Amino acid sequence: MSSKSETLPVALAPTLTVQRSAWPRRLKGLALPVLILVILEVVVRIGWLPSYQMPAPSEIAVTLTDLAEGALWKHISASLLRVLLGFTIGAGLALVFAAWVGLSREAEAYLEPTFAGLRSIPSLAWVPLLLLWLGIDETSKIVLIAIGAFFPVYLNGVAAIRDIDRKLVEVGQMYGFSRTRLVRRILLPAALPGLFTGLRSGLSLAWMFLVAAELIAATKGLGYLLSDGRETSRPDIVLAAIIVLALLGKISDGLLAALEKRCLAWRDTFNGQGPEN
Amino acid sequence: MSEALLDIRVERKNFGATTVLTNVHLALQPREAVSLLGPSGCGKSTLLRIVAGLEKDYQGELLQGGGEVAFVFQEPRLMPWLTVEQNIGFSDDDGYDKAWVAQLIDEVGLTGFGQALPKALSGGMAQRVAIARGLYSRPQVLLLDEPFSAVDAFTRMKLQDLLLQLAEHHGIALLLVTHDVDEALYLSDRVLVMDNRPSSIRQELAVELVHPRDRRDPLLARLKALALTELQRAHVI
Repeated sequence: MSSKSETLPVALAPTLTVQRSAWPRRLKGLALPVLILVILEVVVRIGWLPSYQMPAPSEIAVTLTDLAEGALWKHISASLLRVLLGFTIGAGLALVFAAWVGLSREAEAYLEPTFAGLRSIPSLAWVPLLLLWLGIDETSKIVLIAIGAFFPVYLNGVAAIRDIDRKLVEVGQMYGFSRTRLVRRILLPAALPGLFTGLRSGLSLAWMFLVAAELIAATKGLGYLLSDGRETSRPDIVLAAIIVLALLGKISDGLLAALEKRCLAWRDTFNGQGPEN
Repeated sequence: MSEALLDIRVERKNFGATTVLTNVHLALQPREAVSLLGPSGCGKSTLLRIVAGLEKDYQGELLQGGGEVAFVFQEPRLMPWLTVEQNIGFSDDDGYDKAWVAQLIDEVGLTGFGQALPKALSGGMAQRVAIARGLYSRPQVLLLDEPFSAVDAFTRMKLQDLLLQLAEHHGIALLLVTHDVDEALYLSDRVLVMDNRPSSIRQELAVELVHPRDRRDPLLARLKALALTELQRAHVI
């Protein structure tokens, strides 16, 4: 072991110099959460907070590992499937309508007032109606998630198309591009940054509406886990479910963000200022 | 003179209630370089856009002697998501002629930048790419709308020489819009001084000097004085 640790620094040296700028940034990001966890642990252990209301972080970790050996995966897969289905349907429809309204003034005149009206309904107001119409099984949940994901994707999509630089479009017109070619060669790539913004906020709303749907009526899923924890007075289960939701939200957004970064590497944008430069 | 490559008569062009062009007749011979000289907003860019087919709402007729026309805009207008190569071959989608693009990249002095994205280019380099994109379709006429107005004076002189060299090499006629008197005289065989709004062609100055020209040539200075007098009479300056 000791001989191993002696050779390590030499082997790591080149990678360390490359990552020097990345690591301190990540550590900075971790500082606050770690501090909060430590304070919570201490505060609960010495009895300033009652543990039946605020379980210690270590206790939540134990609950989480217990759940992971049992029902957690069932809940995760149920929730994940609902979000994926709802988001795909909602965002897919939103992209179609955004393209239609964004590209055609005629479609805008017909559709935009209706969408503006529908948008002003708080989406959760649909819940009773969906339950009445579609019952309490999967369909109503997926429709609710689709409604939640629809509007951010639609709004950002239309804005992205309408924000395209007319001067670039003119280049295509000069070459006598047909409409489909104009869309494929200029409009779609130029609108892509805005479309990604819409997709990412649509996805985060999809998670929000998932929880709403599952809190109301479900027999499995992370939202069910939340309400189950409340009913059985187990804050550790509630917090464990919140942590899993946060992780899943972060991972799914991270996947979209990575895709966005790959597709939009050409962007010449401001990345913020730091002490490094 | 041989048959004109380009022949256009604009009787009237209105934007709303304002008339920007009246009675403009313009003919361009093969391999000829012609400049439209006038202040911003006098309608010279509009004339160029009519020739390019970007403006279709005007009274008059465009008698084109056939042949390809290409346009170089005031700004490079490169697609930021495409590489230099893909931008130059833009009109042929992904099936662009790679060898021809590579040759054009060399000709505009950007060897080695084929895979670069527009964000990595300076203003002058981006305009070189724009010129190469204009040349890609092997046009007989290159229309340029104040193409060098956004670059610094030294880059501008270099780009002017590059443009002349390329026009000579490929046998292309140039129709250039500019508000820079020196640029118009240095590049063109004929300079058409435009009136203020509603504008028409006020005077035609022939620049009878062979290329390559010397920017310090006394004839250019004399013609510049003449052009400035005309512009002053038109209450442009």
